[in-house]
Amino acid sequence: MKDIRFVQGNEACTLGALYAGMDFFAGYPITPSSEIAEMLSGELPPRGHTFIQMEDEIASLCAVIGGSLTGKKAMTATSGPGFSLMQEALGYAVMTEIPCVIVNVMRGGPSTGLPTQVSQGDVNQARWGIHGDHAIITLTAGSHQALFENTVRAFNLAETFRTPVILLYDELIAHMRERLEIPPEGEIPLVERLMTSVPRDVDYRPYLAREDGRLPMSDFGGAHRYNVTGLYHDMWGFPSTDPSVVRGLLSHLVEKIEGREDELTFTREYEIADAETLLISYGSAARTARQAVYEARDKGVRMGLLELETLWPFPERKVRDALGKANETVVVEMNLGQVFEQVRRVARHPERVFLANRIDGRFITPPDIRRVLRIIAGKGVWA
Amino acid sequence: MNVQDYVRKRFLPHLWCPGCGHGTVLNALLRSVDELGLPKEDIVMVTGIGCSARMAGYVDFHTMHTLHGRALAFATGIKMSRPELTLIVPMGDGDALAIGGNHFIHAARRNLDMTAIIMNNHIYGMTGGQFSPLSGPGTTATTAPRGSIDPAFDAMDLAKAAGATYAARTTTFHVRELQKMLTGAITHKGFSVVEVFSQCPTYYGRKNNTGDAPEMLKAFRDGTVKIGSKELEENPELIPRGVFVDRDAVDYGEAYAELCRNAVSEAP
Repeated sequence: MKDIRFVQGNEACTLGALYAGMDFFAGYPITPSSEIAEMLSGELPPRGHTFIQMEDEIASLCAVIGGSLTGKKAMTATSGPGFSLMQEALGYAVMTEIPCVIVNVMRGGPSTGLPTQVSQGDVNQARWGIHGDHAIITLTAGSHQALFENTVRAFNLAETFRTPVILLYDELIAHMRERLEIPPEGEIPLVERLMTSVPRDVDYRPYLAREDGRLPMSDFGGAHRYNVTGLYHDMWGFPSTDPSVVRGLLSHLVEKIEGREDELTFTREYEIADAETLLISYGSAARTARQAVYEARDKGVRMGLLELETLWPFPERKVRDALGKANETVVVEMNLGQVFEQVRRVARHPERVFLANRIDGRFITPPDIRRVLRIIAGKGVWA
Repeated sequence: MNVQDYVRKRFLPHLWCPGCGHGTVLNALLRSVDELGLPKEDIVMVTGIGCSARMAGYVDFHTMHTLHGRALAFATGIKMSRPELTLIVPMGDGDALAIGGNHFIHAARRNLDMTAIIMNNHIYGMTGGQFSPLSGPGTTATTAPRGSIDPAFDAMDLAKAAGATYAARTTTFHVRELQKMLTGAITHKGFSVVEVFSQCPTYYGRKNNTGDAPEMLKAFRDGTVKIGSKELEENPELIPRGVFVDRDAVDYGEAYAELCRNAVSEAP
């Protein structure tokens, strides 16, 4: 029998994490993500797995990194203000290549902002919240089914590329209830950690990448004694300021993600083949965009939607391919144009890219999109 | 084992300044580990940022050099994941009780089984001699050219109030006592704290006209007395040394294991 449930988005994320084998959670309560911690505080102890409520979000991500380094599939969940506090440890996870998943349920910002209302304002923070050059993977989702799948995918990518993965979705997805079908065990393949084959007492180099760029791990505290540091480090994990080591490590950290757009970027297409007007959207805003597409199609208007499920690395090739077919493109999002800027950056004709947005804590609706389309068409907007 | 077998000799000489007390702490720690016969593959050392943090590079344990103030938070993750490992977390005074103060009190409150060492040189050494929350009023520092007006924490009072189940203080002059306290802390089940006054002749010493390292050590000898001693009663200006707290309490790891066992046996 199928396992079908009617759940909140935060539950879909939690169930996805458990499906992926997550066995270590550390977090701190914050709206609108708290349901994840609440659910896991019940689910993890009977499995003998770790749930710990830390003193703040800084400590939460530090503990997650410690758990992951010693062999666990580890996760934390937060929202904007907590995500701001996590940037320091996020940078550490990037630098030390420790896999983990960070859920950021977006609320309105900056600062305390709109704790209980919808926004998509953290897209650029996910990309550039930490200091220094780096690359990052950020996934999102516009439905509970996609959220479940992308939570599993986030763990798989974290393990494959030894990197933190940010799962960024908005308050509306988090708190809305809808149908979720949990796939049978084994239907979505799980990526387990690549372990080193170097025997005990043999020189193990934790930061010596294989030809494919992957780093086989040895659980910290186990067979091999090595060093981990947030400083630039050599292949043994010891600090180094040698220019070739510094350049080599930074280019490895960036290339392992930026150089793999095809493996890391996921999109969904709706009615795109003959679309003269293209919408690009993500998260809950993509639901509105999809509705606008269907309503337009009903009137014979050729409109399509490219929904992004990877925000970083930005799906440049897929966006450029989709743009090429359309007369005009409208990016639909609930911020001042964070993905819009990226689309304009990769567009051959940026003057044909427009923004339909809301920034008032209210959910964007099909009329919000139609108003922008009327302006593009030179028809004006009735007051 | 020889004490030197615990050291990654290829990284010596260490980067600490001539006369710095941190090497004495490392020495006492390795002797304590050796005395206890702990296999080095069972020991994890987690450090933060600063002069103290560089200790992780020199010891042949599992070593993690983390973020300023956050060592105990990382160590919490490791201990929850692998309770059988022995966790040792050396920190500086600013590292442990300024930027890391929140993590310190909460680690103490949980009573997770690990050993925190506060290498208290009363100054930020790595960044060039700024005052710390343990410097105390009147201390001259690069950020207090007219003398600090900031009151100091008493690390022992703080540890005790926060719930640490073992707390001891000594100095780098009292090396035997230090080794004994470290042994007491490592074998203690629960959160243990050892505060060691460690001389920083380069910054604290020069800024405060204390004289060179031997002079600073003599000041540790003359300025501290055993807790509960008659000298302390007669002269409360002296700083007490000794074991301030040593009590039994359920440690967090045990409590969590019990929670898990009870969760399994819950009726469905």
